[in-house]
Amino acid sequence: MADSLICCRGLSKAYGQRPALQGVDLELGRGRIVGLLGPNGSGKTTLIKILCGLLRPTQGTVTVDGQAPGVYTKSIVSYLPDRMYFADWMKATDLFDLFADFYADFDRQKAMDMCRSLGVNPADRIKTMSKGTKEKVQLVLVMARKAQLYLLDEPIAGVDPAARDFIMNTILTNYNETGTVLLSTHLISDIERVLDEVVFLQYGRVILHNSVDNIREQEGKSVDALFREMFRAVPMEGGRF
Amino acid sequence: MEWKLTDNRPIWMQLSEQLTRRIVAGQYPPGAKLPAVRELAADAGVNPNTMQRALAQLENDGLAVSNRTAGRMVTEDAAVIEAVRRELARKITKEFLSAIADLGYTREDVLALLKEEEEHG
Repeated sequence: MADSLICCRGLSKAYGQRPALQGVDLELGRGRIVGLLGPNGSGKTTLIKILCGLLRPTQGTVTVDGQAPGVYTKSIVSYLPDRMYFADWMKATDLFDLFADFYADFDRQKAMDMCRSLGVNPADRIKTMSKGTKEKVQLVLVMARKAQLYLLDEPIAGVDPAARDFIMNTILTNYNETGTVLLSTHLISDIERVLDEVVFLQYGRVILHNSVDNIREQEGKSVDALFREMFRAVPMEGGRF
Repeated sequence: MEWKLTDNRPIWMQLSEQLTRRIVAGQYPPGAKLPAVRELAADAGVNPNTMQRALAQLENDGLAVSNRTAGRMVTEDAAVIEAVRRELARKITKEFLSAIADLGYTREDVLALLKEEEEHG
């Protein structure tokens, strides 16, 4: 695939002696919504952080739109971290100013519109917001950019199920057609319908990469069911209560 | 009409079946313009690529035609729609007959049941 947006070859990352990614080969095309799924500690966040340039791989290569992560890729990658990194005395509108300064593709009007439809008052200070509302503000910031790659680390973890649907719809209707969305989550059943394809990670390796409909066709079950089956926690020996 | 998606089958197939039902039921009449892919996808809460695939299936089945300028329309060929409608009706009837036979009813009982249901239901 010459036109792939993301290309990882033999990508490995270790934190000291502890391996987080081990020889990941992965290609992702454009205009896709991809779920990055795996149990805790399987390397999802590490992979996302390497793609957005926050971490450097220990071994192997990675390119985004043909370039190694750096100044250029940061201009086309919109990243939603797994935790909040903004000063909490700021208002949402202050953050919009900040993003407008940093990113040429940030659409302020779109951010305001998204706030309105998500029921967020952009004049509120971050510190007065609930956890779910903060997550919505972060999502607004990230999705209001016209990026080529959206990296969303656990975008729906902290919000209620109704807001989840709404957020998934926001992602669906706001990502641009040539852009790819890579999102990590545990809440597979909530997002399965919006995904083109899924990547399963385990112990830092890609163990499955296929389209949702192929999986359903071949396995006769949902991706959520397949995930539960593949990663079923084996009860402890003698674990009888 | 709400979209109903179950877990164990490909999503595009379910979408295309439900779009087919909408067409044969006249919700999208012959020759009518179908909503845009993105609009349908957002309404069903699914990926636009998946909805695209469902619509492509409708075109394969002859129920929809793509027009470069006007977008995607329901076919104007009423015979095609009627044929699909009949086929669906057959399938539903077969399923009903098989389910009711499992309960031990004969064909005569079934006819009597239908009549009773019509009078009282």
